[in-house]
Amino acid sequence: MTDATLSFEEAMEKYDPVLGFEVHVELNTKTKMFSSAPNVFGDEPNTNVNEVDLGMPGVLPVVNKTAIESSIKIGLALNCKIAETCRFARKNYFYPDTPKNFQTSQYDEPIAYDGYLDIELSDGTMFRVEIERAHMEEDAGKLTHMGGAAGRIQGADYSLVDYNRSGVPLVEIVTKPIQGAGSRAPELAKAYVAAVREIVKNLGVSDAKMERGNVRCDANVSLRPHGRERFGIRSETKNVNSLRAVEHAVRYEIQRHAAVLDSGEPVIQETRHWHEDTRSTTSGRAKSDADDYRYFPEPDLVPIVASREWVEELRATLPEPPAERRKRLQADWGYSDLEFRDVVNAGVMDEIEETIAAGATATVARKWWMGEIVGRAKNADVDPGQLGVKPETIVELNKMVEGGKINNKMAAEVLDGVLAGEGTPAEIVEKRGLAVVSDDGPLLEAIDAALAAQPDVADKIRGGKVQAIGAIVGGVMKATRGQADAGRVRELILQKLGVEG
Amino acid sequence: MTELNSTDSSSALIRLSAARLAQKLAAGEVTSVEVTQAFLDRIAAVDGGHRGVHAFLHVNTEEALAVAAEVDAIRAAGGAAAEELHELAGVPIAVKDLIVTIGQPTTAGSKILEGWHSPYDATVVKRLRDAKMPILGKTNLDEFAMGSSTEHSAYGPTRNPWDLDRIPGGSGGGSAAAVAAFEAPLALGTDTGGSIRQPGAVTGTVGVKPTYGSVSRYGAIAMASSLDQIGPVSRTVLDSALLHQVIGGHDPFDSTSLPDPLEDLVAAARLGNVNGMKIGIIKELHGEGYQAGVENRFNESLELLKQAGAEIVEVSCPNFKYALGAYYLIMPSEASSNLAKFDGVRYGLRVLPEEGPLTIERVMGSTRAAGFGDEVKRRIILGTYALSAGYYDAYYGSAQKVRTLIQRDFEAAFAQADVLISPTAPTTAFKLGEKLNDPLAMYLNDVATIPANMAGVPGLSLPGGLADEDGLPVGIQLLAPARQDARLYRVGAVLESLLEAQWGGPLLDRAPELTDTSLEAPSLTDAASIEAVPSHGGSH
Repeated sequence: MTDATLSFEEAMEKYDPVLGFEVHVELNTKTKMFSSAPNVFGDEPNTNVNEVDLGMPGVLPVVNKTAIESSIKIGLALNCKIAETCRFARKNYFYPDTPKNFQTSQYDEPIAYDGYLDIELSDGTMFRVEIERAHMEEDAGKLTHMGGAAGRIQGADYSLVDYNRSGVPLVEIVTKPIQGAGSRAPELAKAYVAAVREIVKNLGVSDAKMERGNVRCDANVSLRPHGRERFGIRSETKNVNSLRAVEHAVRYEIQRHAAVLDSGEPVIQETRHWHEDTRSTTSGRAKSDADDYRYFPEPDLVPIVASREWVEELRATLPEPPAERRKRLQADWGYSDLEFRDVVNAGVMDEIEETIAAGATATVARKWWMGEIVGRAKNADVDPGQLGVKPETIVELNKMVEGGKINNKMAAEVLDGVLAGEGTPAEIVEKRGLAVVSDDGPLLEAIDAALAAQPDVADKIRGGKVQAIGAIVGGVMKATRGQADAGRVRELILQKLGVEG
Repeated sequence: MTELNSTDSSSALIRLSAARLAQKLAAGEVTSVEVTQAFLDRIAAVDGGHRGVHAFLHVNTEEALAVAAEVDAIRAAGGAAAEELHELAGVPIAVKDLIVTIGQPTTAGSKILEGWHSPYDATVVKRLRDAKMPILGKTNLDEFAMGSSTEHSAYGPTRNPWDLDRIPGGSGGGSAAAVAAFEAPLALGTDTGGSIRQPGAVTGTVGVKPTYGSVSRYGAIAMASSLDQIGPVSRTVLDSALLHQVIGGHDPFDSTSLPDPLEDLVAAARLGNVNGMKIGIIKELHGEGYQAGVENRFNESLELLKQAGAEIVEVSCPNFKYALGAYYLIMPSEASSNLAKFDGVRYGLRVLPEEGPLTIERVMGSTRAAGFGDEVKRRIILGTYALSAGYYDAYYGSAQKVRTLIQRDFEAAFAQADVLISPTAPTTAFKLGEKLNDPLAMYLNDVATIPANMAGVPGLSLPGGLADEDGLPVGIQLLAPARQDARLYRVGAVLESLLEAQWGGPLLDRAPELTDTSLEAPSLTDAASIEAVPSHGGSH
């Protein structure tokens, strides 16, 4: 069943959106939040576990000190206050991905609170998002539903559970209600999550790969008529796991809410699931504020005391903040304001930095990412960084072009081959028989043929209208299936006709 | 205690204290295999059958004898390895079946863990292994340590060696009865509201609840995390000190474990001097509601301490009257969460619903319905309710405030006295079945022991004699400020020696002889009782 939606423009005309985000960041500590088992992604199921992660009888948690440090660093980078003492609580609910049937999480005493983040929108407008809290918790295991429809729990024959992720340290960053974004709300949503991702990556506390679930976003959306102060009823769209999806999900929910409100019905407070394929959300479970998790302070852990000295020590280790880093990178790379903003908005700043580090010039890196890769990502509907282009590939391709081995058109074709998994650029050039024709013999033949085919053009050139040469060059390129060096073809045509270029 | 030499019969050997056994082992007068075998023989003789004590849920014969043989071999070889042997090396011990052990089943007295083997050792068990103490087996308990009589064990009750028709206390009735019946010289217990001290009191043995955090809880299946504490069970005060010294001290696997190094508890037990010490009677923990015979023995102990030079003062702890009520909110609240993990998903019992769809909720539900006994369900329901939104402040929140008031009462009391004293339990051992259907009467048994758990302070129970009206053991409880466990041993050892001088020997010398139940012809009821205890006597 698809929900009715209003057009975004109409929704904006009638309503004012209020947003809220819960961003979960998986920390990249060596071990888990409360056990000494390794915190590693992608291993065989149920191998990175010990008795604590499996919730065996008699086990006790021990807090990972590095996870606390990482959490404090995140808090500081989000301009938060750091609690002098704080505690963990137990969030009680029965679910098989939670081995103790309670999650150990901070509740009413987060380690960081009352912060803000200034977000730069695509046109340079600054928008301040206030942070309510950043608290620590443990991740759950991963369920895989077998049989039935498309991996959904409904109709599955059985489910498998992998506890490798169980106990992985998480920091959940919760915003205060974000008001006043208006029609920029979807863009702000994307920019906010991108900024958080950039911060935790920059801090080195998370691998920050959204495709791996290192950064996961739950987006809250509600609408209210313009001019009304009271918030509308919100929906919470879970696990929106790419920057583009965040933007799309917020836009979709705004349109859906608007249609519900227009029909005179109340919005249902519920979780929604985002579906990338249909770019829409479907109803999850109803969620009310009265959900009873029977929180109480975790009696197996003592309070965490963050002395001011320790906090200041950690503050001193913080890397350059992203905004300053941007200024530095723009200056280093020599991009104009517009060029740099395009790079940032396309989400390829880190990729360009890596490509330059791999040996490309700033101009070349920008040419590839902005000229070739961003477009391909858009077509594939993924974030550019998720397309799988390695900086080394770009450097190699560029070397081939500069060495005259292939031309730009061929390079683009080779890139497609690399992305299709056909091998390295050199292998693809070899396999597809791509090489610029540099022997003048075949070129001269093709030029003769092209001139013979278009004698009137040849006359024009002879008569001094050199700009007409394009038609002849085009004919040659066509005849050589694009494998000729266009510059050399031009030279040879001019020579042949005895015209000065 | 009569002196024995290596030719003494095993029936005399098993009556020796752990300290004495350790001396004889060190002197080469007896081997650990002989000692361990003597206790295994005693278990075989008195623990099984229709009228057996039934202190053990599992007997660990092969491993215990292997460890004993290892100790004997090290001693026989001499040299540095023999020198480095722990004082208690080769002295056997029983472990409450709430504490996880590799190589033996751990049931927590519950059907839901029937047949489960832990993949890891509790920290205290590791320390026993490091000290090379043979583990005789796992002792019976109320299911998940919830009870004061051991009748709530899913594997049948333990009997009190003083009167086989009476309860041995609980939840650690198995450990106390094993020690009282000379089936083990030492045992480990756990104490959440009195589960070490109250069984000690009703079986005429010594039991200690250490300061919260001074013995690691890692590997003790949690009932109420903020109250649980592992501690020693023995026949003498010195033996408890020796065992406490083995198991105590910081453990990085338990975040609530105290960082302080352990005091020299053994030295305190050997010091034996109360001259000039102030000992406080807690006004609220004797008198009304306490059996007359209990009260009489309590007063005699006070008299003896006074004669030994202690000053007896009276202190008031007005908030102790709220302790039981607050305890029955905090304990079930924490238990309801701690026991959530028993759901049939990863280990233990799994029961599928008899009809209808096999959803995870329904499988968890039928597993828990079949696997937990009534008392466990009662406490889970109570705790779930107390933590519910809208009730939390009134129940859990208020109970935590009471806890603070009890701590303040203790602070005020310890400003006036070095050690506090009270009867351990208001009555002597009651009859099996007597209070089984009256949970409130059962809960009242812990009225004197609960305040120590609520405040985290240490408590020791030692035999105070026999009650006039029923001839059953009475326990005397000593309480000390947190981290001052040594005071308990110091005062306890003095009182013990004064009392034994009066009695002309240990109180347990007056316990009735147990008949050898292994020689009984099996009857129909025997067969039934053996079947109800599948792991008993076996070695897995």
